Amino acid sequence: MRQDLYQHHDYYLIDDLLTPEHKLIRETVRSYVKEKLSPIIEDYAQRAEFPKHIVKELGEIGAFGPSLPAEYGCGGLDEISYGIIMQELERCDSGIRSTASVQGSLVMYPIYKYGSEEQRKKYLPKLAKGELFGCFGLTEPNHGSNPAGMETNFKDKGDHYLLNGAKMWISNSPLADIAVVWAKNEQGKIRGLIVERGMEGFTTPTTHGKWSLRASITGELVFDNVKVPKENLLPNVEGLKGPLGCLSTARYGIAWGAIGAALDCYDTALRYAKERVQFGRPLAGFQLQQKKLAEMITEITKAQLLVWRLGTLKNEGKATPAQISMAKRNSCEIALNIARESRQILGGMGITGEYPIMRHLMNLETVITYEGTHDIHLLITGQDITGINAFQ
Amino acid sequence: MKILVPISKVPDTTSKIAFVDNNTKFSTDNVQFIMNPTDEWYALTKALELKEAQGGEVVVIHAGLADSEQVIRKALAIGADSAFRIDMDPTDAYAISVEIANHAKTGGYDLVITGKETIDYNSFEVGGMVAELLDWNAVALVSKLDIAGGKATATRDIEGGTETVEFSLPAVICATKDLAAARIPNMKGIMASRTKPLTVLAATGADKLTSIASYQTPEKAKECKYVSVDNVAELVRLLHEEAKVI
Repeated sequence: MRQDLYQHHDYYLIDDLLTPEHKLIRETVRSYVKEKLSPIIEDYAQRAEFPKHIVKELGEIGAFGPSLPAEYGCGGLDEISYGIIMQELERCDSGIRSTASVQGSLVMYPIYKYGSEEQRKKYLPKLAKGELFGCFGLTEPNHGSNPAGMETNFKDKGDHYLLNGAKMWISNSPLADIAVVWAKNEQGKIRGLIVERGMEGFTTPTTHGKWSLRASITGELVFDNVKVPKENLLPNVEGLKGPLGCLSTARYGIAWGAIGAALDCYDTALRYAKERVQFGRPLAGFQLQQKKLAEMITEITKAQLLVWRLGTLKNEGKATPAQISMAKRNSCEIALNIARESRQILGGMGITGEYPIMRHLMNLETVITYEGTHDIHLLITGQDITGINAFQ
Repeated sequence: MKILVPISKVPDTTSKIAFVDNNTKFSTDNVQFIMNPTDEWYALTKALELKEAQGGEVVVIHAGLADSEQVIRKALAIGADSAFRIDMDPTDAYAISVEIANHAKTGGYDLVITGKETIDYNSFEVGGMVAELLDWNAVALVSKLDIAGGKATATRDIEGGTETVEFSLPAVICATKDLAAARIPNMKGIMASRTKPLTVLAATGADKLTSIASYQTPEKAKECKYVSVDNVAELVRLLHEEAKVI
């Protein structure tokens, strides 16, 4: 891939709404991305390999659980900081952001929010440093958009729980040291369990052949009579609100993150359009190309304002899951459209690995689908404004 | 060992450069400012390496107005222990050097490490002037530095090669490439920087010996003219009549 020449685009001076600390955080993550990730990402994506050495690096810069409290080895930063970190990582690659999202929002967050003090102390500092790697098991082969129907279950065997079932589409699973797994108890209530690699009957087969998030590793979680110690149950939550609380946190990160992918596509297309000459003038001088570029920055600007406001609401503890759904849905939609339009501006060059656009485009097909599909988020908004459940 | 690192704030290299007020003032509109790279990448990180190896304290000092806080906080996030900001508009190298030297004189420092130059004005002045004002040893363009038993050995770049010099402390070093490995701050460092001391010092009002009369941007590169290989006569005519080089 070519040298990473990315420059930030801030058409409405939204930077004025950020603190100096936010800008320093952005500069920090961007420097890390430009120095360590941009030079290698295309190669790993082409080979469909996860650059596992980055887990430690992401831990060192503080990209795992940055908004969780410092007393557990986390960043203690605000929600806008978390969003900025996700955006800068996804500016590089949605798969890299996914790795950090899963570790921070889907593994560390539930342990912090629903776990015991012992569980927090045991797992959070190591997860924050990247010494432990985690994954999150909710989706099942027969239950995607309808997680309440899950079949994975556990039985109380006196001194342990006996876990059976299977999860799929699990980011990080083949390399994870621990999995936060959602399963039903004998009363049919959904509970969270921390399952550790090495427990007998627990396997994590890799999912092969993905055309998307190729630099992120995905797999299954299979539980065949796995004995889980009782102290590994997350004590402080019961029901679907447990996993949905995690998803709200992760979706919030995606709402910021997908704009990063959009910015990278726009930045690439704008630079290319100004340099590439056809019919004696730069592509950027043709009305049809200007329309594409002008619409892109308009949508990016709207999305930037939306997530900034969502971040301030989240800092105040006022962001609702439905508001988060709206932002996640909007960011994914505009990012995917911008990736497609950018790809067109680059013509044939847009399909090569020399530029990041096709990689973003393929990645975003996953981002618009996972953590609540595009349609499901629409129904969440629909239910919120009408009061009528249209899911089934 | 107590080390003082003067840091400057400079426009990011990707900034659009424009001048206002009849070309007498640099326009800061929409300009992103960063820590001067040689101060950050080589001077500050060398100071941190020395502290980590030998113990001590790293203090950064910046001459500038309140809007420089982001740059100072970054230095603290990377690992400096404390910071001073001399409250002044930093337009003249001599005035800045006097303020830094005044602070260094009474601060109990063993070493001052600056970057070799700032990337905006490239004037290469402050390090040398601070050393002169303090009457300390000065070594410029240092790419390697070892300190043991109060003695320092530095390798410095000279025309066509390097030179190794020995000198005693206290001293002023101007750092260049290879002196240390650049560091990226992390979130914990950024958090810690919130509570590290940043003291604002009033400027003593040293004389400014220079002022900017005007700025001028370089002429745009001229368009390239292509001449067919069969048309040497035309090439000669252009070189003679237009380029006026033959």
